[in-house]
Amino acid sequence: MSQTRKQLLVDPLVDNNPITLQVLGICSALAVTSSLNVAFVMSLAVIAVTGFSSLFISFLRNYIPNSIRIIVQMVIIASLVILVDQIIKAFAYEISKTLSVFVGLIITNCIVMGRAEAFAMKNKPFDSFVDGVGNGLGYSLLLMCVGVVRELFGSGTLFGITILDPVNNGGWYVPNGLLLLPPSAFFIIGFLIWGVRTWKKSQVEAREFKIQSLEAH
Amino acid sequence: MEALISLAVKAIFVENLALSFFLGMCTFIAVSKKISTAIGLGISVMIVQSITVPANNIILTYLLKPGALAWAGFPDVDLTFLGLISYIGVIAALVQILEMVLDKYFPPLYNALGIFLPLITVNCAILGGSLFMVERDYNFSEATTYGIASGFGWALAIATMAGVREKLKYSDIPDGLQGLGITFITAGLMAMAFMCFSGVKL
Repeated sequence: MSQTRKQLLVDPLVDNNPITLQVLGICSALAVTSSLNVAFVMSLAVIAVTGFSSLFISFLRNYIPNSIRIIVQMVIIASLVILVDQIIKAFAYEISKTLSVFVGLIITNCIVMGRAEAFAMKNKPFDSFVDGVGNGLGYSLLLMCVGVVRELFGSGTLFGITILDPVNNGGWYVPNGLLLLPPSAFFIIGFLIWGVRTWKKSQVEAREFKIQSLEAH
Repeated sequence: MEALISLAVKAIFVENLALSFFLGMCTFIAVSKKISTAIGLGISVMIVQSITVPANNIILTYLLKPGALAWAGFPDVDLTFLGLISYIGVIAALVQILEMVLDKYFPPLYNALGIFLPLITVNCAILGGSLFMVERDYNFSEATTYGIASGFGWALAIATMAGVREKLKYSDIPDGLQGLGITFITAGLMAMAFMCFSGVKL
């Protein structure tokens, strides 16, 4: 049993990552990654919400009528997000300003709904909790990777500490302004997916069309 | 009036929900394989968006804001913390009602849009639109304009994306980038193109 729980936790990190493979919850992954501090707080919030929403939904799974399950799940998730939102506002007000609407958008983050629907409705509470946390971690891993690239090369800092001394402070590094702008997040995730799929060949998608001239060679 | 037009242009091009705030990305990536389905989804988002943003604006002004309950005799009550749960409730309920109304009175439209409507409840672009409306403190007419324009912007983005992807499937892409990878990079290039509008001032 402990073996499978470990799998539940580790599987979503690379083998079944919610972002690169299941295409879930990308919205916020892209928007909040221009600095690591913000990405880190967002990751914690998502892990907490996915874990606990799976836990509570799994506790209630035998009492929720099938026809209204989406609404019930929504209400549980929304209440958890309100809680997280209030906590962030109380303890990290500056960061809550930068996150603006994206904490609220955890409600519609498909990872949370997806895990509730696909796993928590059918499994025991503790397993669901582990599965939720695992998927939250898979999401966070990608978020942090993108965050490191964007902050390090975009402004030469990590968690606000200067690593590469930027030119305008008398250093040598010319910051790449593009990385602070929204489109760069798309590119970085695109390249990350390329990297992961070169490593794990089984994740490559089949082509819809074969080009004949290439077949001949 | 001028202010409203410039708000609309800004919401469609400069602050496009899909390409500069990444909202509704899951559906944006998943449903942009064919132009016809993309346009169908785009139109449904636009309709739902132009109903929910003003509706949530009314709820905010008359129920949730500090002092908003003065008409009921509670001038000191501040219910803004209930915002998230009421907006998502309104969205879910309105989508359900819209689905039933379309089914009853406009069956052809229902057949065309029906499959997308449940998807829309969990589309971040819809909730995001309402949350931006709250954050930027829009009044009712601004909220209506913003709802229509931001929905249109999202529809525009997904339709163009589907157009690009229909052509893209004939091209020779490295194995690892096939599918999802190249879609992200295309979306990035489109987002850069949309950034050119940021200089536009009305």
